[in-house]
Order: sequence, then structure tokens, then C-alpha cells
Amino acid sequence: MAVNTQTWWQQGRVVETSDLAEGVRRVVLAPDRPVHAVPGAHVDLRLDLSGHVRKRSYSVVRSEDGGRRLTLGVQLAPTSRGGSRHMHGLRVGDVVEMTGPVQSFPLGVGADRYVLVAGGIGVTALVAMADTLRRRGADYTLVLAGRRRAVMAYLDELVEVHGDRVRVFVDDEDVRLDVETLVGGIAGSAAPTRTEMYMCGPIRLMDAIRRAWVAHELPEPNLRFETFGSSGAWAAEDFVVHLPQLDRSVRVGKDSSMLDALEDAGVDVMWDCRKGECGICQVKVLDVSGRIDHRDVFLSQQQKETYSSLCLCVARAARGEPGKASEPAAVTLHLP
Amino acid sequence: MTILDSPPVTAASKIFNFPRNAWYVAAWDHEVTAKQPLARTIADRPLALWRNSDGRAVALADACWHRLAPLSKGKVLGDEIQCPYHGLRYNSAGRCTSMPAQETINPSAIVPSYPVVERHRYVWVWVGDPDLADPSCVPDMHQMDSPEWAGDGETIYAPCNYQLVLDNLMDLTHEEFVHSSSIGQDELSEAEFEVSHTDRGVTVTRWMRDIDAPPFWLKNMRDRFPGFTGKVDRWQIIHFEAPSTIRIDVGVAKAGTGAPEGDRSQGVNGFVMNTITPETARTSHYFWAFMRNYRLESQTITTQLRQGVHGVFGEDEDMLAAQQRAIDANPDHEFYSLNIDAGGMWVRRILDRMLQAEGLPAAAAAK
Repeated sequence: MAVNTQTWWQQGRVVETSDLAEGVRRVVLAPDRPVHAVPGAHVDLRLDLSGHVRKRSYSVVRSEDGGRRLTLGVQLAPTSRGGSRHMHGLRVGDVVEMTGPVQSFPLGVGADRYVLVAGGIGVTALVAMADTLRRRGADYTLVLAGRRRAVMAYLDELVEVHGDRVRVFVDDEDVRLDVETLVGGIAGSAAPTRTEMYMCGPIRLMDAIRRAWVAHELPEPNLRFETFGSSGAWAAEDFVVHLPQLDRSVRVGKDSSMLDALEDAGVDVMWDCRKGECGICQVKVLDVSGRIDHRDVFLSQQQKETYSSLCLCVARAARGEPGKASEPAAVTLHLP
Repeated sequence: MTILDSPPVTAASKIFNFPRNAWYVAAWDHEVTAKQPLARTIADRPLALWRNSDGRAVALADACWHRLAPLSKGKVLGDEIQCPYHGLRYNSAGRCTSMPAQETINPSAIVPSYPVVERHRYVWVWVGDPDLADPSCVPDMHQMDSPEWAGDGETIYAPCNYQLVLDNLMDLTHEEFVHSSSIGQDELSEAEFEVSHTDRGVTVTRWMRDIDAPPFWLKNMRDRFPGFTGKVDRWQIIHFEAPSTIRIDVGVAKAGTGAPEGDRSQGVNGFVMNTITPETARTSHYFWAFMRNYRLESQTITTQLRQGVHGVFGEDEDMLAAQQRAIDANPDHEFYSLNIDAGGMWVRRILDRMLQAEGLPAAAAAK
């Protein structure tokens, strides 16, 4: 399979926008140097968010005409870090700084069965995969889960194209996705170790699936997922980072990551992936006021529960029960 | 006949590009083992080839996701290959299964894996779009593992563009000059030949009637018909199948016994099996074998034929290497064609169309 992890920057012009669902905007970009985006690929965009340049990642829903038209689907999310508001404001003719397609979530070949699980806006990473599996004549199931039908992008289209391969779960219709049933069903199927699952969605859903996957002793490499560190257990809120070594405190706005805020404050920190995967920006936690919303996939569940360290690029502090505490949450960190 | 949508372009590029959406032989079956990975570059992709515990051949990109150390220098551990540098492990799909220094596995950690088919004693890989990898498109080389044929072959590492090898095999008049001591004879250049083609194949047919058998063929005739003397009818029927497999139906029969009309009972027949895998634009893996359909029981003849062809192809190898050097030393000079190049030019036409379909230029990028 093609794995393209090289990042290079170019300009992309907005050629079309429309609403896909309630709070979900479709943005079609025409890049300067078109390269076809294979299923699972994303592009990074450099966005100017209140005076700061921030990198945000968006899955490519569709790549047409050899990559001359790349479709993104962007949810205006209260838990996001500000990028989505900017993206929703884009108009035809606007120009954005973007990378070529980056592939870190490639669709494999040769599995007996594929299960794609989309939670909410995570569907954007899986539309092209489902199309490819259908073209291949592969055995696949597409699981779509959301809070309400009205907010679920591509729902009707996917049901129409993929027919009875689609399973739809909608919270407010009381048809909820039961992770145990889903994963247990794979474990009890004819080819449990030859089934690959690709999931993209809220981190709570993905954590639950990962726990069930491990509990059923399914092969870990067959569970594939992508997270841009953009979802957490709590909505993003303002919080404070205390740095006793520097005798400083830095405020982290809800549109900003801790890593961004520390860099803006001139603190020299090491990082690499900036999406909670590699662990390079891991630092020690000395104290917490409130809760840590880890959001990374580097630390194990056990490591997260002990609160001993966090990944600066995606982790946040949260009050836990919003509205109760008036003071913002805070973490005290020891920097390397 | 093909009715053209658009006129073809002239395609006598000196450094011919190669299609990616194609099956290429990466190795002989016995070269790929569960003991130790094999490093080989196929169509510009460095690969690590190995077998997992159920014997299936695997082709992964030969560079660890982490810091690109070559996996081929690592170990095969059951169904996984371990990077020699920091111990990361990958399964046959290229998915990382272990990062020794941390509790989780980075979800992005994957190396490209390539579709593999094992057929006709070879391991074939597809380095292009995996969704197009159709095993039914593996070129027909059935003589390699048919009970009706016996023989063996070798691999030549040819320091030249793969198209030069195809040119060499599509026109055998060079035998008269390059292989004068074994299979060459004057009649090769004198005899008429016929060319036909389809969308994926080209056939060049040449018959030489009532001639003296050159030394290689006289020996083969005597293996089957001890003490044979006299004239023979000789044939060379060259079958090209895209992208780079050429089987040559060769043989001689006692003159006038009806071989041209289809009765080969009074002759000896071999198939020269050739499949050429571009390694880079200027280097090729040339897999060949000589298969025969007589005296199947004789390992001696198998060995003699392999050694004989080894000698003949050594002469080609020298010529091809010298030709590539001359091409590189004369960048301003073009290729011109002779009438004998008709088969080779049809090959180029077919390959050029495959390249166009992939959006690739006919000429490989300059070194």
C-alpha cells in the first residue's frame, strides 16, 4: 500500500463550499500541485487563528480528477481548537496554505473482512475507504454512529451507495452503538484474526473500542485508527499551566493547544507529530487542579490513569464538571 | 488491427520508463525464505522479501517507519519481521506490531506492503496501485513448472535499461554476430520474419529451412536422435507479453519432415523463458531459464543446457553493458531503427500505452 508521509506545502484555492449536515461544512480545494489523495489521506492546513498560525489536519473525503479537487468535511465543533470556525468562514476564491496529501491511515489489502467505524465527523476519513472496498468487491461493513441524524454528514449518500453494508446508530433515536456487541461480533465471527477495523471518531468511542478489542484478544495491529488529537473527554476550555522551573504561568485559550501556548510564550519545548501519537512532547505532571484530558494515543490507559505525564500537543486541563468551579483548571509541569 | 483514438507517439526512448501497474518477478521461489529477508530493488522500490510461518511470500518496503533502517538486515520472527536497529516489528501487511521502548504502538507506524503472487517458480510483486493487482494478469510462463517440460535457469544482473534486453530478445539476428560459436549462423539475417501483435503481446516468427544445425542445436538433436547428421529446419517464435516477459519457442527438426506445418516429432523443442524486471532505469534483473520437452528424465541435459545458455547469455550481458555505457556516453545521439526492430518497436508501443495510462512519460527521468 502506498504510504506517503512526506509533507510539503502549497496553496489551495477554495472552489466550492456547501453544507453537508447541521454544523458540517463541505470545502472543496483546488491545490496548486495536484496529487491524488488515496483513501485515508489527510491534508494539513496552516490557519491564522486570532493572530497565531496554527496547523490543522483534515481528512480528504474525496480526491477527484487526479487530486485537482480535494473535498474536506469540517464540523463546527465546540470541542475543537478554533480551526473549524475559520474553515466554516471560507468562501469560494479564498486561498489557503496546505500540504499535499499525507498518508498515515492507509487502507490495507488482503484482509478477509473490513469493518469501518465512523463516529460523527470521523466519517470523513472513511468515505473514500468504503468506496474503494466496494470497488474491490471486498467484504466490508460500514458502521455510522452519531448523536442525531441531522448532524451526520454523508449519511443518506452512504446508505444509498453501500446499502445493507451500512449500520446506522443514532443516539437520540435510542439506536445506540454498543461497542461490546460490535467487537464481540468480530471476535465470534469466522475470521476474527483476518478482520481489520478502521475507526475514526471521538476519542471516548475509540478508547472503548480499543479496550474491547484487547479484551477479546483480537490482534492489535488489525485495529487501525486516526485521531488528530481534536477530541477529548471534555469540551476544550481555558486553563493554566504552571511552570515552577521558570517561575511562570501560561494561560491556554480554548482555541489553542498547550504546546502552541507555551511556544507563543517563548518556552522552548520539543515536539514532533503534534497529534498525540509519537510521545516526543511528553512531560512530567507535578500537580493538577481539575482533570487531565489526555487526548493522546501514545500513553497507555494505565499511564494515563496515574496522571504522571501528558503529551503537550493534545492534552488539556478541564474543570471536569463545567459550571461548578469558577477558577480555570490548572496543571503544574516539569519540563525536560 | 487496432483503430486508434489518437495517433501513437514515436517511442524509441533510449532510457525507457517502466509501468508500475504490472507484475514483475522479484525473485526465484527458492530465494525467498523464512530464515532471512532478501533485499532487492524492483522498479525503483527497495523491498525486503521473506516468508511468514504459513509459507506465504511477503514484500515490504525495505525501510523501517522509524528511521528508515533496512528491514532486510533484520530478522524474520514467525509472522513478523524485526527491524535490526531498534527492534520494531512488522507483520506481513506492513503494520507495526511492537515498539519495544513504549507501552503503545503509534497508529501511524506502517511500512508499505506490496501484493505478491507466487507462480511458475517465481515470486511476482506489484509495485503500483494495489487495487489494480489482478493475479490473472501474471504473464504466462507455464513451461517453467509443467510436468511436460524440464529445465532450469539463472538470474543475470544486467547493468542496462530493461528495454535494451527486450530489444535484444525481440530481434535474434544478433545471434549471428554475438553468438557465432554456438547458435549463430548466416541464415538468421537472411531469413524473412513475420510480426504480429495484440494489445498486450507481440509475436515474431522466423523459419530457416534446410540449413546446417549450429553447434548448440546439433548437440540437442543428438541428445534425442543419437548420431544425427544432416540438414534441419530451424524455428524461432518469439512471444512477448507485457510488460517484460519473452518466451521464445525454439528448435530444429530434420529438414523436410513437416515442422513448419506443425509436425515437430522429428525435432527438438525448447522454450527460452525470459522475464526482465527493471531494478532502476539503468539496471535490470534478468531471469531466464531454458525448458525442453524431450529427455525429461536427464538431469545431465538440464545442467548442460543451463550451462550452455549461461555462456550464450554471458555474451549478451557484455554487449548490453557496453551498449548502456555508450548510450550514457553519447547523450546527444538518438536511436534509429532498422527493419529488424519491428518486434521491439511494437513492444515499445505497448509499453508506451501502459505508461500513458499511468500518466508516466515514456522516457525515464535523467540520472
